[in-house]
Amino acid sequence: MKKQLFLLLPLLAFLAVGVFFYSALFSDPRELESALVGKPVPEFELPNLLEPNQTVSQQAFGDGPYLLNVWATWCPTCRAEHEYLNTLAAQGVKIIGLNYKDEPAKARMWLAQLGDPYVLNVMDYEGTLAIDLGVYGAPETFIVDSNGMILYRHVGDVNARVWQAKLADIYRQAGGL
Amino acid sequence: MTAMIQTLLLVVGLAYSAVSFATIDAYPFDDNAKENQFRELINELRCPKCQNQTISDSDAGLAKDLKDKTYEMVQQGATKDQVIDYMVQRYGNFVHYQPPVQQTTWVLWFGPFVFLAVALLAVVLVIRKKQPAKAQPQLSETEQQRLQQLLKKDDSPS
Repeated sequence: MKKQLFLLLPLLAFLAVGVFFYSALFSDPRELESALVGKPVPEFELPNLLEPNQTVSQQAFGDGPYLLNVWATWCPTCRAEHEYLNTLAAQGVKIIGLNYKDEPAKARMWLAQLGDPYVLNVMDYEGTLAIDLGVYGAPETFIVDSNGMILYRHVGDVNARVWQAKLADIYRQAGGL
Repeated sequence: MTAMIQTLLLVVGLAYSAVSFATIDAYPFDDNAKENQFRELINELRCPKCQNQTISDSDAGLAKDLKDKTYEMVQQGATKDQVIDYMVQRYGNFVHYQPPVQQTTWVLWFGPFVFLAVALLAVVLVIRKKQPAKAQPQLSETEQQRLQQLLKKDDSPS
């Protein structure tokens, strides 16, 4: 009896490895957890996209919770999510934009044509604030609480599915909506 | 054949030197030590955008930004650890090709040794089990006699 159990070991090992690799098939290796979760939004001083003469810092973001959305006109997925950001803004979700390494003129035109869901847009032409935030692509969306702490980072577009499944709960728990 | 290998080596060597010059050229250094440190860093830091490339290998915009930042920090006299800490604080351990030893990476660091130990144990157990079977079975007295008889029979001409 003992020996028979021993013979089952390779099968068990195979099953364990199988389950591990099977689950890995459905995980997205590009979704990295942000190193900034639980930390405050980094300090910065950058121009306001819509009024380039005006310099803004994180004080200008006002009270949280809010979404900090990294976007650019060169990013097709940003265009895909823009409509849904408009919907969220209409529902009263506070969204702040970080225009990432973009042509300011193009960005302003984009907002004029597609609608402007943002309370405020920071122009990060050099990508310095983006590096401080650990941004590695666009779009990325951070949820920031009322103390200015980063609660969550979502990589990829924000759509109805992602919002319902993950972001809405975190945003509501932080006191939003 | 030797000529072919030599040519191949030459081609590989040329290609490699061209690549390394290309990465360094855009970042001029006066100080050799700093240049070496910079070169080490950009070959050890991983591009978060492109997954399995160092920031030295990658052509992604972000890799260039991170190289610029590394260059700036090294020029200002930052140590290697300071640059790595800076990157890890922003991009997490993912950004460094040498993961630290900590609870979440124990499997990574010690897993292979555990497997090796299990394999060695299995080998030892299997060998031990097999040894008694290898020993020659002893013949009893009557069997010995019968054996001799049979051998004798065989010797006799038929």
